[in-house]
Amino acid sequence: MPAVTAPEKAPRGASVMPDTPGWARWANDHRKWLFAAPAMVFVAALIIFPLAWTAYLSLTDSAGSVRADSEFIGFRNYVEVLTDTDRFWPAVGRTAAFTGAALFFEVVLGMAIALLLWRPFRGEKWVRVAILLPLVATPVAVGMMWRLIFDPNIGLANQALSWVGIGPQPWLAGQHTALPTTIFIDIWQWTPMVVLILLAGLTSLSDEPQEAAMIDGASAWQRFRHVTLPLLMPTVIVAVLLRGIDALKTFDILYATKGRGGGSFHEVETLNVYAYGLSFDYNEYGLSSTVLILFFLIIIGSMWALTARRKGAGR
Amino acid sequence: MKQRAAFKVFRTIALIVVVISLVAPLIWMVAASFKTNVDIYDSAKALVFTPTLDNYGTVLRQANYVQFIGNSLWVAFAATALSLLLGVPAAYSMSRFNMRKSALVVLMARVIPGVSLLVPWYYVFSNLRLVGGFSVLILSHMFVSLPLIVYIMMGFFDGLPEELEEAALVDGLTHIGAFRRVTLPLSVPGIATAGILSFIFSWNNFMFALVLSGADTKTLPVAIFDFVGYASIDWGGLMAATTVVTLPIMIIALFVQKYIVSGLTAGATKG
Repeated sequence: MPAVTAPEKAPRGASVMPDTPGWARWANDHRKWLFAAPAMVFVAALIIFPLAWTAYLSLTDSAGSVRADSEFIGFRNYVEVLTDTDRFWPAVGRTAAFTGAALFFEVVLGMAIALLLWRPFRGEKWVRVAILLPLVATPVAVGMMWRLIFDPNIGLANQALSWVGIGPQPWLAGQHTALPTTIFIDIWQWTPMVVLILLAGLTSLSDEPQEAAMIDGASAWQRFRHVTLPLLMPTVIVAVLLRGIDALKTFDILYATKGRGGGSFHEVETLNVYAYGLSFDYNEYGLSSTVLILFFLIIIGSMWALTARRKGAGR
Repeated sequence: MKQRAAFKVFRTIALIVVVISLVAPLIWMVAASFKTNVDIYDSAKALVFTPTLDNYGTVLRQANYVQFIGNSLWVAFAATALSLLLGVPAAYSMSRFNMRKSALVVLMARVIPGVSLLVPWYYVFSNLRLVGGFSVLILSHMFVSLPLIVYIMMGFFDGLPEELEEAALVDGLTHIGAFRRVTLPLSVPGIATAGILSFIFSWNNFMFALVLSGADTKTLPVAIFDFVGYASIDWGGLMAATTVVTLPIMIIALFVQKYIVSGLTAGATKG
């Protein structure tokens, strides 16, 4: 129980309860790290050690079984991976294309939908529910669902095309249409996320700049381009950052729609799918670790570039 | 004000298109789960068909889905509970003591590709004979839940006025006592948000379970693949399986919509 004789205002950080036991006082004085340390130790143990190991494996010829003897071979894996125009560079290209296209459409569509939802209207509740549904759906299940819809023979997509007189498309089964189709699936599932973030940003904007621009006779487009968009820019960059990290690492829908290796022609093999295949289908741990370290550097690099832009936009 | 009326008509049409594009595929999936495989192949029976529960019979009885539902529930629940236990106090400390660099360590977990951790984890945990058991699965899912919870709760504690805790100190409580009796009860909405999102993310997680689960500990997203054969796909069973995974989470989402939105947009509008 707290002491009755507690002073008027307890100085921060000092324990002044005479009848609290010693351990409680100690805990109180060290609460900063007592609270934070368990979570940090947990994450650090599961990240720093594995990352260090991955970095080490990337310098060895480890393969077959991680337990098997492996030799230190320096940067030979890096040379092999970076000169691999068969699998590695195409995977880099696909990762960039997937992320770039998905982000572009998600931000443009997300912005449009967020603007439509900005001002209150009747039935708003139902639209918001519809927007939430793809977002919470299990990605693997979403992949399977679209696999049925895009099935060249029995899918709804080709049926719908036939109603408007367009011939059937191969969609996921085509060598050149598979990647765009998976990008479409990503857009379907994650545009709602961008909508929610941008809508939160729009709602937090004050009305005054808008009204001032209206009095000055600015058109709706001018108001968006020169008032709303600049004010919303920091939020847009947050959305791009959050979505971008996940888009780079997309795995579930690619594995669900095309299976191992991103399909028989590696049509949708991004860096993440490639690294997974090297690790768990081919047990090429040395090479896969090299790909992963390079992939990690790409992620950190793009994040750093974006946060730098965000700081610039905030000014 | 003609322009205004025109905008309203345009907005209504545009929003109807948006809603249909988002919901129609899901309805199609649920509809297919009630069709026989013959009806799925018949385009004339796209919308009008005699519903059957056979696919659900296959999923729940033959494919052993009841066990996988239990696995998914247990892993998501345990990972969320443990992550809240570790994450809420950590977020509190990080918010009150402005430990931004420490927070970055935890948030790094969101950025790192899961595959780069799986090889070392697999090695260590298989040596400890833990692969295929629930403990490793829960541990790996905590890796997804914990950063999410810390991120959401830090934003929440940032917005909770410190004066309330100071008042509790004046009343003679220790700092930890004030956290327990004043801050925690006030944080219930934030904890609910973080907990719900953590549960959903864990329920939906695929890659960790793909590598670390065994035949008995399989979670639903992995079990879906049982319906995808090399030669052919049991579409009816597959759609019933996907419906079993997604529908519960979508129904939960309807009831806790506000929490999910506030969690997903946490910190997005701060400068």
